[in-house]
Amino acid sequence: MQLGSVLRLVVSVALTLLGLLLVTFVIGRVLPIDPVLAAVGDRAPADVIAQVRAEMGLDLPLYEQFWIYLVHAVHGDLGTSVLTANPVLADIKRVFPATLELATTATLLGVLLGVPLGVTAAVNRGRWPDHVIRVVGLMGYSVPVFWLGLVGLLVFYAMLGWTAGPGRIDVHYEGLVEPMTGVILIDSALEGQWKVFTNALKHLVLPASILGYFSLAYISRMTRGFMIEQLGQEYIVTARIKGLSEARVVWRHAFGNVLVPLVTVIALTYASLLEGSVLTETVFAWPGLGLYITNSLFNADMNAVLGGTLVVGVVFVALNLLVDLLYRVLDPRAWAGKGA
Amino acid sequence: MSGLAGGLVAAAAAVAGLALAAPASARAPDDVFVMAKEIDDIITLDPAEVFEFSGAEYSANVYERLVYFDVDNVQELKGGAARSWTVSDDGRTYTFHIREGQTFHSGNPVTAFDAAYSLRRVVLLNKSPAFILAQFGFTPENVRERIRAVDDSTLTIETDRAYAPSFFLACLTSGVGSVVDSKLVQAHDKGGDMGHGWLRTRSAGSGPFKLRMWKPNELIILDGFADYWRGPPAMTRVVIRHIAEPGTQRLLIETGDIDVARNLGPDQVAGIGGNPGLRVRYARKGALYYLGLNQNNPYLRRPEVKQALRYLVDYDGIAKTILRGSAVVHQSFLPQGFLGAIDDRPYRLDADKAKRLLEEAGLGAGFAVTMDTRNTRPALDVAQSIQATFALADIRLEILPAGGKQVLTKYRARNHDIYFGRWGPDYQDPHTNASAFASNPDNSMGAEFKTLAWRNGWEAPDLTAMTAAAVFERDPDRRATLYAEIQRRHQQDSPFVIMFQEVELVVERARLSGLVLGPSFDSNFYRAVVKN
Repeated sequence: MQLGSVLRLVVSVALTLLGLLLVTFVIGRVLPIDPVLAAVGDRAPADVIAQVRAEMGLDLPLYEQFWIYLVHAVHGDLGTSVLTANPVLADIKRVFPATLELATTATLLGVLLGVPLGVTAAVNRGRWPDHVIRVVGLMGYSVPVFWLGLVGLLVFYAMLGWTAGPGRIDVHYEGLVEPMTGVILIDSALEGQWKVFTNALKHLVLPASILGYFSLAYISRMTRGFMIEQLGQEYIVTARIKGLSEARVVWRHAFGNVLVPLVTVIALTYASLLEGSVLTETVFAWPGLGLYITNSLFNADMNAVLGGTLVVGVVFVALNLLVDLLYRVLDPRAWAGKGA
Repeated sequence: MSGLAGGLVAAAAAVAGLALAAPASARAPDDVFVMAKEIDDIITLDPAEVFEFSGAEYSANVYERLVYFDVDNVQELKGGAARSWTVSDDGRTYTFHIREGQTFHSGNPVTAFDAAYSLRRVVLLNKSPAFILAQFGFTPENVRERIRAVDDSTLTIETDRAYAPSFFLACLTSGVGSVVDSKLVQAHDKGGDMGHGWLRTRSAGSGPFKLRMWKPNELIILDGFADYWRGPPAMTRVVIRHIAEPGTQRLLIETGDIDVARNLGPDQVAGIGGNPGLRVRYARKGALYYLGLNQNNPYLRRPEVKQALRYLVDYDGIAKTILRGSAVVHQSFLPQGFLGAIDDRPYRLDADKAKRLLEEAGLGAGFAVTMDTRNTRPALDVAQSIQATFALADIRLEILPAGGKQVLTKYRARNHDIYFGRWGPDYQDPHTNASAFASNPDNSMGAEFKTLAWRNGWEAPDLTAMTAAAVFERDPDRRATLYAEIQRRHQQDSPFVIMFQEVELVVERARLSGLVLGPSFDSNFYRAVVKN
């Protein structure tokens, strides 16, 4: 990549993030919620309210407030959250790994199961495997995640005792592992704390499976659609006439051509999970990014909202870049600048 | 399915299988007390700033206060960090004798200097609860002179006027009366903040528990303090987990992974009825559910309308079918248990009487009005019941549900018609609610005290004067009589429809005992908890 391209990329990313922050900032300020309320509560006298309003810079013009925020943000200071009394950066370091752990596992499950199911449905189009997979997918679309989470807990945790309950880890394991990455599975494995690792996995498996099920429903449906389109192409007929095995026709030829759009679908699914899933996080008491941003928004805790939004923006930009790179790997035409 | 697909599925199954391989029990040991509770309201741990329900409960278990009220008889005061106290003849100077042999969690001794520092710190930092002390005339300018340690064991406090001792001492039983470790806190002073930035996320107390860990919106872990002056708590550790979903709390208590569930609704409590391993407790709290009628609304301003609306609430029906044990009918601004509280219930659902009153006001055809309410249960269910009973007198009520802070912002700006709200007292003295519901010294937009009466635009010169006078009545019986009179007048005149007093529903494991559930959240104590 040439220097000019890199520069264009950096400018484009910076403008995207700036635009995102500006829009979020303005929305936050026009919300009909007084941000001082979250800081001082409902009972504070007028002088305390005025003092805190000034401390928060809310008496300054909007553009000045935004400029001050930007200058601090560029220096790595995202401010302090009113709701947690912690620097927003520290909060994000705590909540984002929780979401990352959950979203990554869920996406892995969704891909590992959704892609084969989608291919199977396409290959068996109109026959019973297709119908069964469609019904499974339909349930994934239509069942509320909130309900499924509670039923999952009732069956697998309360009745069968197969999985652990809500939260990321049992309370007696709290503090045993030094948070290096914040992802408990990785940190515990790095320290060789296998009991903690197993416990964290027991906590993760149920929410990840439920979120993974929803990813599976989407990914399998999209895979089926892409594959049906490819399987109807003339080059597939040619491959079959040439006597290639059905597995080779499906997986090498048809699936190979599905990979590019499929990567986009998977990346978007992953990105949406990385924003956090508020309902799943609520049911499973999973202290993730979605719950953090939502709580902050309802309390007009704008430093926290802006910090969280910035993370989501960076995630989307990073995934887009990753997808662009993958295009080049998967589709040689992209190297020549002809591809998507 | 091809070999590749089969392999992928097998890999996914292996991941799940690893976690499911062994049973997942998370029962706490016998010396660890685990509780599920919504604790996302905690925004600070500094007792000079704490003003939220969960924060107040945390403070009560980590910090020792100068004095306490007896949870069974709140008029009865008992010593905490102070073993005794006296009041001067002129009623302005209080002398506290600090209990000897107390130590902070750090090992530093508890002295009168720490107590003086703590009280001054509240006034100087001037955070939300500072007014509880400031109302006795303390200012940043005079507080060093008026709150003084004479020696290690003697603290004197001089108020600006001779208030009722019960009033002043009741204020000290709240969180602002917490004694902080002055040496430890001051060592973390940054730019003259008296260690506030540091203490917001840490502890420096001498109570039965010390903070081990706080992860906002996730958990609090407290460790028992072996050198607590009343003796070490039986529980070496307390874990409070933030579980927002009541259904999840129910599953946790039923499986035995927690000892106490604090936020179960009537539905969940009904669902676990008959489980011999669990016990349901009903603890009456000081919070009230009420309607605030904005007096800037031309309909709601009329006395007949205010009175009519009081007859258009199905108090008993709501209590029985919606609140189901989580509140009891209560129609005056002092909750049961407070000095001077009355239990008069002059109102019940009576649509005919309400219609007659509306006709007297020339509103026989009814009118349209809005009501702002939180978008949570049980508020929405209660609001719908009120909507239905208002309709009996042709009052067309539009419910405007929104998030808590949004509704409150609108209420504080006096932009509502009717506000359906919940109000909890700030401290265990009748003045806290009297000054909120029955006092409005200045009804202008720039008023210094924006009480609930102010928010509803209600000018009440007589009751404001009576409320102001009641704090100087030093005879408890006469003081109680004054508040009873204020409440009875308030019941007839005010723009408030006070409906219910909150009851906290707590489900605990039957083998647990000793959890004290007082009348306020800062009188819930864990020290005596044991598992049998």
